[in-house]
Amino acid sequence: MGMTITEKILAQHAGREEVHPGELLNCRVDVVLGNDITSPVAIEEFEKLKLDRVFDRTRVVIVPDHFVPNKDIKSAEQAKKIREFARKYDIENYFEIGRMGIEHCLLPQEGLVLPGDLIIGADSHTCTYGALGAFATGVGSTDMAAAMATGEAWFKVPETIRFLFYGKLPPYVSGKDLILRVIGDIGVDGARYMAMEFAGPVIASLSMDNRFTMANMAIEAGGKNGIFAPDEITLEYVRGRNKREYTLYYSDADARYVETREYDVTDMEPLVALPHLPENTRNVSEVAGTVIDQVVIGSCTNGRMEDLEIAARILRGRKVHPEIRLIVIPGTQEIYLEALRKGLIEVLIEAGAAVSTPTCGPCLGGHMGILARGEKALATTNRNFVGRMGDPQSEVYLSSPAVAAASAITGRITAPWEVE
Amino acid sequence: MSFTGKVHKFGADIDTDAIIPARYLNTTDPAELARHCMEDADPSFPARVEKGDIIVAGKNFGCGSSREHAPIAIKAAGVSCVIAKSFARIFYRNSINIGLPILECPQCVDEIQPGDLLEVNLAKGEIRNISSSRSYQAEPFPPFMQEIINRGGLINYVAEKVK
Repeated sequence: MGMTITEKILAQHAGREEVHPGELLNCRVDVVLGNDITSPVAIEEFEKLKLDRVFDRTRVVIVPDHFVPNKDIKSAEQAKKIREFARKYDIENYFEIGRMGIEHCLLPQEGLVLPGDLIIGADSHTCTYGALGAFATGVGSTDMAAAMATGEAWFKVPETIRFLFYGKLPPYVSGKDLILRVIGDIGVDGARYMAMEFAGPVIASLSMDNRFTMANMAIEAGGKNGIFAPDEITLEYVRGRNKREYTLYYSDADARYVETREYDVTDMEPLVALPHLPENTRNVSEVAGTVIDQVVIGSCTNGRMEDLEIAARILRGRKVHPEIRLIVIPGTQEIYLEALRKGLIEVLIEAGAAVSTPTCGPCLGGHMGILARGEKALATTNRNFVGRMGDPQSEVYLSSPAVAAASAITGRITAPWEVE
Repeated sequence: MSFTGKVHKFGADIDTDAIIPARYLNTTDPAELARHCMEDADPSFPARVEKGDIIVAGKNFGCGSSREHAPIAIKAAGVSCVIAKSFARIFYRNSINIGLPILECPQCVDEIQPGDLLEVNLAKGEIRNISSSRSYQAEPFPPFMQEIINRGGLINYVAEKVK
């Protein structure tokens, strides 16, 4: 019996020839990640072990990105705690304000996560790196602490669901829409504990930025990881960024899938997820006209170069609706600078957008765009739970950057072809 | 480990933002997190919950963010055990790692009412509803996870490995 790409990576990191779904393994990890919210708890746990070093100072990555630049005194204390930890243990990959980014935009950009890697991160969207053909999954702070000490973590080998996409991708339909379609189809626990493998002719020509968006939201279907087979598009992205060797894994032709689901994308429209679950998806034309107060373009889901490009293309020469606050947050300093050099930031500011330094900020209701009671936002982020962006009586709608940019112009949820 | 407690009931897909909203994640203090536990699902919960109480919930409890502050807040609020139809993966893992007792028991959730008194034997996975005189058997933990639980969490388990 063949193995899936997920099973092969887990087997290799457990020193095994073969593994089967349901088996419990102890695996070597290539990278352990934490941020300014999860690392403080991990540091408290790690210090209980009274060690004078982490397992490998080059493979622990700490990124302050959630409540930074520090939003209040308590957040400043947390940021200080992780900065001091990074200095004390000589953590090579600690990224300070001004040189950082949203962790899941930053790590691939810096070549810190590579095909074939096994990565754990104390952040649920760690699954983003599956876009590179890596096994990457979110864990909690105690798992982060244990892995910083041992370089290992325990896993149950997941069953894999395969998602095949075929047909012709219509204009304005992006990776965000493909993953929202999957979540709308199987529900927020449809892939609970499972690996989600994305494949098919549509995926073969999909850009890395769109693949990152899709892998990023595997967790919103309850998935353990989302994964893509590496191909020429992957390698083109990785070359020049990697500072160490990597291994390419592919699913065998006779690999076992618990289920294969197929999607013809030809007649798809961009989708919008209604409050308060990502599974509440509708075609944009079904919800067009819904009045909103704020639009957010950014986050680890959609804060990359292509996301800013489509937003700027739609907003070029246009004005943000007088009753809308448009907040644009480039995912990393490098993306910000590139967008600046390409003139995109100028386009966005001229349209009336507020452009922020990289931060998770409003996505989790941290800062930089909190909603008041009764307000509605359309966001390119990943979650629309009750209170996610602010007051428990506010609402979040999720969409692609194209729909978000078009809606910023009209002040209501709008299909991109209505404004271009 | 056995305990008896009064039931607080919640629905399906209770996410970690509902368990502990991000606006309180600028602290790691368990007592402070407990003061806001389940606030966005039921604002009266932090005032009503008493030591030993039990949370009973529908499917996919703890979905969303990986924040360990969620099981920490529940534990610090005095909740003795969470029983759900199913748990989201990271919450399940975090609960075992920090020593918050959890049980998956899809068949019992619909029959348990708010305010019922439950007696739970964690090691055996036995749930007895004293109020309705009905008994249920939850899924037992695999031996490896039982060992982490027995040692009081992952850090104690790892401590022996790195000595």
